[in-house]
Amino acid sequence: MVFPEQVDWRSARAITATIVLAVLALVPVVAIALDQAFYITLAARIVIFALGACALNLVLGYGGLVSFGHALYVGLGAYAVGIMAFHGMTNGWLHLAVTLALCGVIGWITGLICLRCQGIGFIMITLAFAQMFYFLGVSLKQYGGDDGMQVASRSDFAPLSIEGNAALYYFALALLFATLYLSWRLVHARFGRVLRAAKSNARRMRVLGFPILRYQVTAYVVSGCLCGIAGLLLANLTRFASPAYAYWTVSGDLVVMVMLGGIATVVGPVIGAAVYVILETVVAGYTEHWMIITGPVIVLIALLARRGLYGFVLR
Amino acid sequence: MSLLRTRRLSKRFGGLVATDALDLEVRRGECHAIIGPNGAGKTTLVNQLVGEIAPDSGTIEFNGRDITRLATFRRALLGLSRSYQITSIFPEFSALENVALAAQAHDGHSFGSWRPAIAEERLSAPARAALDEVGLGARAQARASALAHGERRQLEIAMALVSQPKLLLLDEPMAGMGRRESEAMVKLLAKLKSTYAMLLVEHDMDAVFALADRITVLVYGRPIASGAAHEIRANAEVRRAYLGERYVAH
Amino acid sequence: MTWELLLVQSLNGLQYGVLLFLLAAGLTLVLGIMNFVNLAHASLYMMGAYLGAAAFAKTGSFLVAGAAAVLGTLAIGLIVERTTLLAFYARDHLDQVLATFGLILFFNELVRVIWGAQSVYMRPPQGFTGTVDLLGATYPSYRFLVIVAGLAVALALYVLIHHTRVGMLIRAGASNPRMVSVLGVNIRLLNSLLFGLSAALAGLSGLMAAPILAVQPGMGDNVLIVVLVVIVIGGIGSIRGAFFGALIVGVVDTVGRTYLPLILRQVAERSVADAAGPALASMLIFIFMAAVLALRPQGLFPARR
Repeated sequence: MVFPEQVDWRSARAITATIVLAVLALVPVVAIALDQAFYITLAARIVIFALGACALNLVLGYGGLVSFGHALYVGLGAYAVGIMAFHGMTNGWLHLAVTLALCGVIGWITGLICLRCQGIGFIMITLAFAQMFYFLGVSLKQYGGDDGMQVASRSDFAPLSIEGNAALYYFALALLFATLYLSWRLVHARFGRVLRAAKSNARRMRVLGFPILRYQVTAYVVSGCLCGIAGLLLANLTRFASPAYAYWTVSGDLVVMVMLGGIATVVGPVIGAAVYVILETVVAGYTEHWMIITGPVIVLIALLARRGLYGFVLR
Repeated sequence: MSLLRTRRLSKRFGGLVATDALDLEVRRGECHAIIGPNGAGKTTLVNQLVGEIAPDSGTIEFNGRDITRLATFRRALLGLSRSYQITSIFPEFSALENVALAAQAHDGHSFGSWRPAIAEERLSAPARAALDEVGLGARAQARASALAHGERRQLEIAMALVSQPKLLLLDEPMAGMGRRESEAMVKLLAKLKSTYAMLLVEHDMDAVFALADRITVLVYGRPIASGAAHEIRANAEVRRAYLGERYVAH
Repeated sequence: MTWELLLVQSLNGLQYGVLLFLLAAGLTLVLGIMNFVNLAHASLYMMGAYLGAAAFAKTGSFLVAGAAAVLGTLAIGLIVERTTLLAFYARDHLDQVLATFGLILFFNELVRVIWGAQSVYMRPPQGFTGTVDLLGATYPSYRFLVIVAGLAVALALYVLIHHTRVGMLIRAGASNPRMVSVLGVNIRLLNSLLFGLSAALAGLSGLMAAPILAVQPGMGDNVLIVVLVVIVIGGIGSIRGAFFGALIVGVVDTVGRTYLPLILRQVAERSVADAAGPALASMLIFIFMAAVLALRPQGLFPARR
């Protein structure tokens, strides 16, 4: 069974998802044809942040755990690439392995600690841990400190090469597609059911006999690892690793993307990321003070987006 | 033969004594009712038995095993099942999924399987059976939030049943129900009585006297009387404290 | 490691702690009683600093600056509350976090538009530009003023909370929010009062911090994180927790940053110590928070429920 649920290919939902994913797949082709290579970079940013938002959606959307600290994992992935490249280790598969290991361990430890708090406490602790990493990054003078560090060359994923922007784009897109499929399967499997039910009524779950902490920590770890991959890709795209990638506003951006696209939908975060990045780019083009507009827009999103843009399509 | 036993179970909230050195016993195969005025500590008692609240002192034994400090989810796995006074279900899931979820808790861990949970007959089959048993079979696919109040109370029972419990802790199953619904619930519980031991917390005296083998009367966390149902009915002190004159002349 | 250094750094820690307390007190009350996550508290702190610095630059009077900061943030806080935050009181924490996050971005940019991106500097008030002699050490008199003023406000808060009717309502609200509204107290008024108080305290903290720190866009963001750490360590909803948590965090952070690299140099090779020292020092309070959470998730001085 390839698809975990009955898909009505003619429903608005399926059509929207297909269009979005098809557009993403065709961007480099169109961009090269129009001789506008810039769009590949923009789309790559969208894909990378979509990956991060999908990762966050697992714990936030489906698990109901408001993590405001996922930028921590973006930072970890970026610095794994940066630091290893600095020391001459350019093997992309090694970068990936280290990123996953690092995010896994740190996700596990911080997850266990953060989940000791309910509600507001959880939000604040995740925020605190991400910021802790930011300060750590800033204090690592030999790795650029506040200014960040150049990544000399892109990760070497032999036999694949991501030296060219288009190649990197398709690599990232493939990872995004894999993540989407993974999320889709996970959410409908037993594990996903436990996670969603715990979001709905945690107390009842315990009385039914579920040790929900185990599942929530696992979701948190998986989420962190996926976000770490986004960080790895980001460092490759920009050829730069900076503490700013772990700054708490990045966590906020990810949360906005998930909310905007539609909580607890598989494809929603992709749409949210696309809209948010495009909005940011367009508004920033008009004025350097674009955040004065983005700020209230986010407030409006919080007020109105009960189910997100994709959520509207779902009905 | 003692299935559940508490010894000197105590719990206070600041100045309020919710449970006062309570010795309680539920025997195998019996329906033991807990009655008493509001604020007597009945729900607090159930919360302690299930493990949602930790008692200040005293012990709880289940099936010969000390469960006083045991985590809530482990007690459920030992065979302690509970229904809530204020309905506590999963509104976004269908009635079937609610019960299948309850079955899932007792079917090993939930990691590792990639199959869609809805397709798992191992969980759906016993879920459907439980729904049929409580009379909700026709509403299996309905969203839980769309169910009427009485149907939700039935769903609660179905969820408690599907985990093959050794003891059912029922916290005011009749709560908020009209006459007809209450009678239906009493019939259901009477049917279940033969298979499952029950601790029944209730205000509805008709139901209590129809179902209970033994009754304990709780006032301010302390049992003022405990014994066979017909004895309690005739007990003058109980009449005065709680029952009133209506239930005397029978 | 001289006595003077230890004393000065401890006093600095105390001073930092006092500023943290003013922020933490307001935030923890709003969090604990109104169950509202208000990240925009950071913006109120920043506005207090900017308004104070601007008023001081114009008039040269610290008192006027103080009034501008406190009353200004009070006004801003109440306006924001009535127009925007009110819609989020009944919402879940996610929506509140997101909305107040948007507000932070807005205020950071607003400040950039009005005053520019460069740091604004503010002198300490007349008479406090020198130093005092304390137990054998010389200490900047302004920082000492901050400590004294902060403790005075803490005392005033204590009196307010424990010896007035309003304070009684606040305490009742902290231990049982629903009961207070059932008792017929005008919850909206109480909430606005509470929010106003927290805004004023944040503005005061910003004002007092202005001569010490750089007044710049986003200055509240980093402080906010530390304040969250304080509240978690102290216990959400607890003023006592905010007080002791703030002092502990202030001292641990300040003293830690000074001494940890020094200590490391004694036990490890210089290059390692120089690399790891500042890094570890910056993580110190977070490690401390993690430890408190592992052992006592409800905080060191939890509000009594």
